Amino acid sequence: MTDRIEKRIELKAPISRVWQALTDYREFGEWFRVKLDGPFAPGQASSGHITYPGYEHVRWEAVIQAMEPERLLSFTWHPYAVDPKTDYSQESPTLVEFRLEKTSNGTLLVVTESGFDKVPANRRPEAFRMNEGGWAEQMTNIESYVRQNP
Amino acid sequence: MSAKTRSRPAKPQAHIFAALGDETRLSLVNRLSSGQAHSIARLTEGSKLTRQAITKHLRVLQDVGIVRGVRAGRESLFELDPQPIREIRDYLNLVSEEWDQALARLKAFVESKRF
Repeated sequence: MTDRIEKRIELKAPISRVWQALTDYREFGEWFRVKLDGPFAPGQASSGHITYPGYEHVRWEAVIQAMEPERLLSFTWHPYAVDPKTDYSQESPTLVEFRLEKTSNGTLLVVTESGFDKVPANRRPEAFRMNEGGWAEQMTNIESYVRQNP
Repeated sequence: MSAKTRSRPAKPQAHIFAALGDETRLSLVNRLSSGQAHSIARLTEGSKLTRQAITKHLRVLQDVGIVRGVRAGRESLFELDPQPIREIRDYLNLVSEEWDQALARLKAFVESKRF
């Protein structure tokens, strides 16, 4: 267990095809199941709503960070901000990165989502600032503890 | 994406992640993970840090509910509550599952669609 999720997947499609599926907002929406209001642009907010039946009230809110053709797409978001009573803009978003690499059979896609430990500065107690870091390695210890103590 | 994973909250556990983002606190959690309650004096043993520093770290863990104080006679002890750590593990498992499902759809999409 770490503070990031990483996924690697081999796609039997040319890198240009994968890039289009990731960055064309209509194509992205099709596999991600979100209806987006408009195209992606770096530094710009992206909005829309989930298309999965029963969840159409769930908004999609993200900010596109990087778009490096056929290499990197990244955005920050507040995933599945479903509770209308909660102001999610006060929470720190997580960062999602899609990295593409050409392979002999097609494309290797590596997706990471990180930043689960980010707490808004105004809610961060003083002691949080002491000796930050090194936690990813040590989480394995806790993971094994939790596994032994279900 | 299943209905279950869609109800993923917006990181209510950020504080727990952040509280664990420190080596001293992680080592305190490890010391307490035997399930036994320890005093501050005991937890300071073998550490380069002062009792005050350890107390400060324990308070951070206490604030997010990872550690709770218990009394044994006149002594004040600290013990681990494994529930919050279990929650962040479950949360990361949900996030992971969401991505598996989304990427499976992407794979089907780019590998089948004509363009």
